[in-house]
Amino acid sequence: MSIKLMVISEIEQIAAQHQKKLAPLTDDAVLMNTGLDSLCFAVLVTRLEDRLGVDPFSSSDTISFPVTLGDFVRVYENAAN
Amino acid sequence: MWGADGGVPLADLAHGSSLGGRLNELAGRSVLLAARDQLAAAVALIELDGIARRIVLCPPDVAAGQLPSIATNAGVDAIVSDRDAAEIAPLAIAPHVGAGVAIEPGKDIPRGGRHTEWLLLTSGTTGAPKMVSHDVASLTAPIKPVAEPPVWGTFYDIRRYGGLQIFFRAVVGGGSLILSSAGEPVADHLRRLASHGVTHLSGTPSHWRRALMSPAAGAIAPRHVRLSGEIADQAILDRLGAFYPQAAVGHAYASTEAGVGFEVNDGLEGFPASLVGVGQGEVDIKIEGGSLRLRSARTASCYVGSADQALLDDDGFVDTGDMVERRGARYHFVGRKGGIINVGGHKVHPEEVEAAINRHPDVWAALVRPRRNPITGAVVTAEVVLKQQPGAGEARIAAAEREIMAICRHNLAPYKVPAVIRFVPSLDVSATGKLVRHA
Repeated sequence: MSIKLMVISEIEQIAAQHQKKLAPLTDDAVLMNTGLDSLCFAVLVTRLEDRLGVDPFSSSDTISFPVTLGDFVRVYENAAN
Repeated sequence: MWGADGGVPLADLAHGSSLGGRLNELAGRSVLLAARDQLAAAVALIELDGIARRIVLCPPDVAAGQLPSIATNAGVDAIVSDRDAAEIAPLAIAPHVGAGVAIEPGKDIPRGGRHTEWLLLTSGTTGAPKMVSHDVASLTAPIKPVAEPPVWGTFYDIRRYGGLQIFFRAVVGGGSLILSSAGEPVADHLRRLASHGVTHLSGTPSHWRRALMSPAAGAIAPRHVRLSGEIADQAILDRLGAFYPQAAVGHAYASTEAGVGFEVNDGLEGFPASLVGVGQGEVDIKIEGGSLRLRSARTASCYVGSADQALLDDDGFVDTGDMVERRGARYHFVGRKGGIINVGGHKVHPEEVEAAINRHPDVWAALVRPRRNPITGAVVTAEVVLKQQPGAGEARIAAAEREIMAICRHNLAPYKVPAVIRFVPSLDVSATGKLVRHA
């Protein structure tokens, strides 16, 4: 599974678990408008860390949190390589 | 009294001694009791009370490196031990009297009469253990007469408060006592308890979960099952009640500092709010800032060797640091004052999440820990031990994960629900029978 598909499947699962209605998950979707709250993002980062072995946002290389879903996926793609 | 390798009739102590005729050398001294063998320690305790000025009860798991500071802080000037001379020599304590389980008859057995202070070591989570001052009066204050002499058993070491309570029940009230043995497999211990016909058995919820996981759990048929030392949640109470239908399952609140607070025998977790109050029983109970405070003749008097720490507040209460929450007519334990996980400003007690997870019928034990998180500071994570089911595959585990998550979401606020669950073969339990929370 590509990192992008993994991120999207985790987002869909977390949204279902937290009973959030998701906006369409396109590359330019703004994360804060996807329907997930900060607790959902916290859970997302933790689950991706378990699946990919990295938490790019806790390393010193990542200065700011990405704005769009595409940015978010790229942060993981870069960290995983 | 029975150890792993044999027994000692305590009546023999009236005319004999296990200390090789050297008991009189220990009169008036501060004695470090550092025996490896629990039975040898038990016999020495009975002999030393009334003779020594102070007994320092050293559990077998205390590291050799901690002995010098314990000896210094307790003003130790004698040692009773079955450890090798080479191990004891660096402490430079004399006299060194050997401990053992052989009671030899003697003519000049000294008679006690002195007030002896008993120093118990607490299981601090970090650093050196604290020493807590008790005496026979405070230690035996909770004990009520029992009609029929029981056969006592405990998963605790008797040099810890929970085990020492059982030791005194056997010594003061009569009956026999089957001791645990460090390093003995649980199944062997259970079979030994069974062979002596244990009637009253006590331990922490973690001890009991481990016992129930053993194939020998069915060997024993206790009439009284007692839990203390950790939060007894409804799941473990129900499980014990179902497994030992002939037993009265009760849980007690006790700590080394506060002594026994109360016992709960209605089969429910938590305790009735009616217990809280002052002047209505042997133990005064109040809740301050959510924390349970106790005052009674059962409490310790002070810490020794750490003068900066007060054991009692201005009103003579011990602040237990155990947090409770009132729901209707009952208080429930929610966790430790210091153990709170902060998820984006929301406070989570790991124990209440564990209690929710433990409701799943296939869960044996759960440990909840924080994991740092860039968004909320921390999230809740859980490690879970599932009941062993031979042949249970990935699909069963995945289903269990979904079901546990559903239970958590149904019973807990969203920020308390674990972000991830990891299934592990076992969880560490400390020498005091509690889940190890700090990796």
